[in-house]
Amino acid sequence: DTSLAEVNSFSPSMPISPSSMINQYKFEDEPELRDLFITVDDPESHITAIETFITYRVVTKTSRGEFDSSEYEVRRRYQDFLWLKSKLEEAHPTLIIPPLPEKFIMKGMVERFSDEFIETRRKALHKFLNRIADHPTLTFNEDFKIFLTAQAWELSSHKKQGPSLLSRMGQTVRAVASSVRGGVKNRPEMFTEMNDYMETFSQKINILDKIAHRIYREEREYLNEMKEYGPIHTLWSASEEDIADSLKGVASCIDKCCKATEKRMSGLSENLLPILHEYVLYSEILMGVLKRRDQIQGELDSKVDALANKKTEKDLFSEEIGKLEDKVECANNALKADWDRWKQNMQCDMRSAFTNVAENNLHYYEECLATWESFLASQRVDLHVEEDSEDRP
Amino acid sequence: VLSFRAVESQSEGQCTPVDSLWRRYSEFELLRNYLSVTYPHIVVPPLPEKRADFVWHKLSADNMDPDFVERRRIGLENFLLRVASHPVLCEDKIFYSFLTQEGRWKEMVNETGFQLKADSRLKALNATFRVKNPDKRFTELKHYSDELQSVISHLLRVRARVADRLYGVYKVHGNYGRVFSEWSAIEKEMGDGLQSAGHHMDVYAASIDDILEEEEHYADQLKEYLFYAEALRAVCRKHELMQYDLEMAAQDLTSKKQQCEELATGTVRTFSLKGMTSKLFGQETTEQREAKIKVLEEQIQEGEEQLKSKNLEGRDFVKSAWADIERFKEQKNHDLKEALISYAVMQISMCKKGIQVWTNAKECFSKM
Repeated sequence: DTSLAEVNSFSPSMPISPSSMINQYKFEDEPELRDLFITVDDPESHITAIETFITYRVVTKTSRGEFDSSEYEVRRRYQDFLWLKSKLEEAHPTLIIPPLPEKFIMKGMVERFSDEFIETRRKALHKFLNRIADHPTLTFNEDFKIFLTAQAWELSSHKKQGPSLLSRMGQTVRAVASSVRGGVKNRPEMFTEMNDYMETFSQKINILDKIAHRIYREEREYLNEMKEYGPIHTLWSASEEDIADSLKGVASCIDKCCKATEKRMSGLSENLLPILHEYVLYSEILMGVLKRRDQIQGELDSKVDALANKKTEKDLFSEEIGKLEDKVECANNALKADWDRWKQNMQCDMRSAFTNVAENNLHYYEECLATWESFLASQRVDLHVEEDSEDRP
Repeated sequence: VLSFRAVESQSEGQCTPVDSLWRRYSEFELLRNYLSVTYPHIVVPPLPEKRADFVWHKLSADNMDPDFVERRRIGLENFLLRVASHPVLCEDKIFYSFLTQEGRWKEMVNETGFQLKADSRLKALNATFRVKNPDKRFTELKHYSDELQSVISHLLRVRARVADRLYGVYKVHGNYGRVFSEWSAIEKEMGDGLQSAGHHMDVYAASIDDILEEEEHYADQLKEYLFYAEALRAVCRKHELMQYDLEMAAQDLTSKKQQCEELATGTVRTFSLKGMTSKLFGQETTEQREAKIKVLEEQIQEGEEQLKSKNLEGRDFVKSAWADIERFKEQKNHDLKEALISYAVMQISMCKKGIQVWTNAKECFSKM
């Protein structure tokens, strides 16, 4: 596309080709049909009298007609992302809105504005926007478009329109209060199955998240010890003559294995850990979506129950009930479709994440193998050394 | 020529009742002490550790742990093989009877009276002797043995920590197995892939036990040379002591000669209490002086003979010790190089196992 080629001169830090951008995402949906490309990068900190905060650059390239231009560059802060998410939840209560990275990281010792924290957050925000862009419904949401295209002051004024945060919160609280156990009685079988599934899935994904983090920590501890282990051999070689070379060889092998370990670790932190974490958040989101569907159902159920007790005004009620029935049907259909889509994506993401882990481990062992084999060759021994070393003098 | 069967039956004897094992170990200690005293110029092979040292968390520090007992048995067997293959030590009769004679061996050793020959000063490892002219080679060798001891013990300590951490990495992967299995129960398409991948994670986690058990044998090979460093130092100390005694004897002889001269010529060059008291309480008679001179002259003659034999002893010691040290150096270089090679072989085996498991796991994951 020529439009993309022009853009390269405009923003040099952008990836060069669409295909490289596609590789970043690895989504199930056909990439060739994508007409909206978003990147989140370039974190910058802003210091005002009141606060310090980070903004991220959001670059959008598109060929869609609804957009006035084919490219946009705006700066957004975390608050803005939160706003977008809540608007999407409001507009589509039974769609699965992708997760946002958390406000703070409780576990680990990552400081609020450390480079590691910012980078992890940036990647998650990037993923968030792209997941929305890939969603067949959410991608056409108006607030989404405004988020991507509006300048800072435009966004502020747009945010102020519509019900205030407090009144929206009030609605939600009332909705929750009114149908705490609503919608469960007449819940279609399919959604009970979904609930059961999500309970187990949520449990398992949380455990997996913990296991993966534990593995990362163990690997780091192992690396630290190995870093001390190698140099001792070098130190020893200084007092030796005949075996000095062998000792230095071992030291060099250990050093190379350390580097291979570092690669394995970064593979883990760049791939599996963020994905598992995302699905931990997803499981919370899905439980929320299922609850909201139940609430909508609950509204209908309570109206139907009320109708059964009324003798007069039946017509008015039946009109209201008709509307609610439509609402429930829409919600159910939307959720069902999104659920199927989510499951497909989840399967794809898990498959690729764990395959990636296996590949990283394979590379690690292959590198270490090559290192030690070349050391062995340098010691000029053949296979018989295994037998010899057993016949001790 | 020693019968190999005799060696093995001795080793097997240790595997039976626990308290007989302890007695046996003490008999090994007795044998080694005997050899060290009887052959001070030889780098006597060391015994394996009495108590488990350089443990990492999995290995119990319990001396009754079957793995530790087995490794110590191998170490004791190795000790005997080392002695048996030593050109000088293998000829020793006490060693021979250790291998062939069940009862009364202890009494036999004690009857040699070797404990009387033992120099208690050698045991005082920290005592320093101001030796004026030690053989430079021994000084360097002592320095080397200190370095060797320090570097190997550091290496063993860190290796134990590395082993501990590696164990952790592998074992945590085992947790995947259980969770994958539970997760697969709620999945339709992903279920099979998850389940079988989980199995491979279990295999991976279990594989570390054998890997680290093998590495313990490598650690034991290094430990032997850690303890050998002590034996090296003992030889150097012996040389120091001999040299010290020689120098003291020479010094003593010189001062006696001086005393003699002073008495003969009547000049007092050196301060002595005797001289002072004789000044204070009156001069000696000529007879007294001549008697003293005679005693001194006898002592001087004795001293000169002793000095001569000490000198000879010293030179012989240096010659034979250095021959054994050269033999030891060759053995050490050969053994350590082989040990490092076997370490590489172990790492290669571990990598190959890892490749196999993760190849299988990758296949399972890609089928999810």
